[in-house]
Amino acid sequence: MALLTVKFDLKKRVKLAQTVWFMYWFAVMAGVLVFSMGLFFKIELRKRSELMDNSESHLLPNLLILMGLVLCAINAVGGKICYDSLDPSKFSKWKPLLGAFLGGCVAFNALLLLTALLCFLMRIPLQFTLAEGLRNAVRFYKDTDTPGRCYMKRTVDLMQMEFRCCGSRDFRDWFEIQWVSNRYLDFSAKEVKDRIGSNVDGQYLMDGVPFSCCNPSSPRPCIQFQMTNNTAHYSYDHYTEELNVWRRGCSEALLAYYGGMMNTIGALVILVTLLEVGVTVGLQYVQSSLASLANPEDPESESEGWLLEKSVRETFTDITAKMKAVGKGAKVEEGGEEAAAPPAAS
Amino acid sequence: MPLMPVKFNLQKRVKLAQGLWMLYWVSVIVGILIFSLGIFFKVELRKRSEMMDNSESHLVPNLLILVGLLTCGFNAFGGKVCHDSLDPMKFAKWKPMLKQYFMAGLGFNVVLLVVALLCFLMQFSVYLTLADGLKYSIRFYKDTDTPGRCFMKRTLDMTQIEFRCCGNNNFRDWFEVQWISNRYLDMSNDEVKDRVLSNVDGKYLMDSVPFSCCNPGSPRPCIQHHLTNSSAHYDYDLRSEELNIWTRGCREALFSYFSYMMNSIGALVIFTILLESADMAGLKYLTTSLEAMADPENPECESEGWLLEKSVKETIAEALGKVKALVKPNQVQEGGEAPAT
Repeated sequence: MALLTVKFDLKKRVKLAQTVWFMYWFAVMAGVLVFSMGLFFKIELRKRSELMDNSESHLLPNLLILMGLVLCAINAVGGKICYDSLDPSKFSKWKPLLGAFLGGCVAFNALLLLTALLCFLMRIPLQFTLAEGLRNAVRFYKDTDTPGRCYMKRTVDLMQMEFRCCGSRDFRDWFEIQWVSNRYLDFSAKEVKDRIGSNVDGQYLMDGVPFSCCNPSSPRPCIQFQMTNNTAHYSYDHYTEELNVWRRGCSEALLAYYGGMMNTIGALVILVTLLEVGVTVGLQYVQSSLASLANPEDPESESEGWLLEKSVRETFTDITAKMKAVGKGAKVEEGGEEAAAPPAAS
Repeated sequence: MPLMPVKFNLQKRVKLAQGLWMLYWVSVIVGILIFSLGIFFKVELRKRSEMMDNSESHLVPNLLILVGLLTCGFNAFGGKVCHDSLDPMKFAKWKPMLKQYFMAGLGFNVVLLVVALLCFLMQFSVYLTLADGLKYSIRFYKDTDTPGRCFMKRTLDMTQIEFRCCGNNNFRDWFEVQWISNRYLDMSNDEVKDRVLSNVDGKYLMDSVPFSCCNPGSPRPCIQHHLTNSSAHYDYDLRSEELNIWTRGCREALFSYFSYMMNSIGALVIFTILLESADMAGLKYLTTSLEAMADPENPECESEGWLLEKSVKETIAEALGKVKALVKPNQVQEGGEAPAT
């Protein structure tokens, strides 16, 4: 008892083949889309890899790029099969491969779904990478003379201006580290010596933030230094002041940015998976309707197309039986050779 | 003696028609490109109109939008004529309109030339508008509580950050205006009172710049205040310090941005003129070769196509003669009536 049978005459078969061919071309473009999204994501990660300690995982974009390429290839082949399906001579050369091709498509669809799931789950490791990377970025802000880190200041400044954020968790991160290089501190000044002497690590700490934390929307010129000292500035209360510097932390800002990107990509991959399932089902109907022709010589004869040759349970038992047969194939072969050898010898 | 005659057989005519049809479609796409560039230019001017005192001229982008639409329509019509040219029945309905079409094409090319010239010449106007507009922007930077100007500070800060520039000519423009609102100045403070009294206008001037002038590429934290006082900062010399703040003025930065845009658009319009001329020449050859067919019933006969029916001099003389006839029709009519009566 076949699953979901549909009767086909010649006209219906032609229409089905044309529709599925059309859908395959859409699927090729979807493959190109997935490939370019993977590429875009990879480039975005590379652009900011300095802020993530160069330790971010490129698993997801690489997987997307690979999936995109395989999608294009599979759908191009599927489209060719559909195109040839209406010509019996051309179709006969595809016939032996179709079973394996459809099985491969089903497996690939499962992989696509897995990729979509990964898009949503990879946010969690990214969160940890960002938190760690930004903490280090803030710590190395002052090292503009250390080879390998001399552009950290510029990168952090540009990031804070672009993403409208300040510090890793919030602007107070800048109070806990020394972000002015020792080259620009006058060690003979009393104020400098006091500050350095006032903490265990001998760091020049201050309640100030870099200029890139400033919010241009503030009605007054930016207050960067002595931020916790209300008396240092006229008409200033740091408890109620909200527009002066960006209040959001850069971890949160960057995570929102990358998280949004990954959510969009995940949603698109799910849509592409649905499209792939559609074309696989269509190809199965094309193949089964052509295989079940009542009279193979007459193209105008009626035929029946189905989704599965037997019911789901029977197909499942069939597959497990085949796998067992493949597993015991070696044993059967050995037994067969032994049985054949003695009769030949005797 | 026709100008540049070329012999055509059926195959050549078909090839010409097909090639010309493709060229017309390319021209339609170029027309769409001009239209979208016009819109882009208009949007960019609007975005920065606050920097130009809202007095910038929108003539060039409006013209580009109009010209883009006209180019699309014109070339779509030409493509249709090409497509129908190989079918004598369909072509017959287009025949009477062709003369006007060519005249219109010539006029359109002149309009395109004017637009291209404007693209290059209006840059002067943009430069002057920018100079004035930025001067006012810097002056109104502090007026964050004045309705209508409360976003000037934010716009100017974002512009300086985006275009990597400081001030109008250079950063010293900030020394000449008060850019801190009086609301944030403690007027009872001696230092403030000294500064305010030290100049004629009673302005709080200082040798400082806003934070948006800071250059992130500088190895040391940004020095915004006491810029001219080398002893106020450790290991700092104003004359040799180049990376601290942006040294370019915003007028120059914004002008080079708009000028690059206008030059590219002008070059594209000139390319369109050449494309249109090629289109019209091709169409002229096609239509004349179809009209000059020796045997209209037999499509396979040979024919000759040309650019102008007579030489350039004779064509101009004819055109002038026609113009004179239009201007002086009364005299010709009177002369004609007198002998009749």
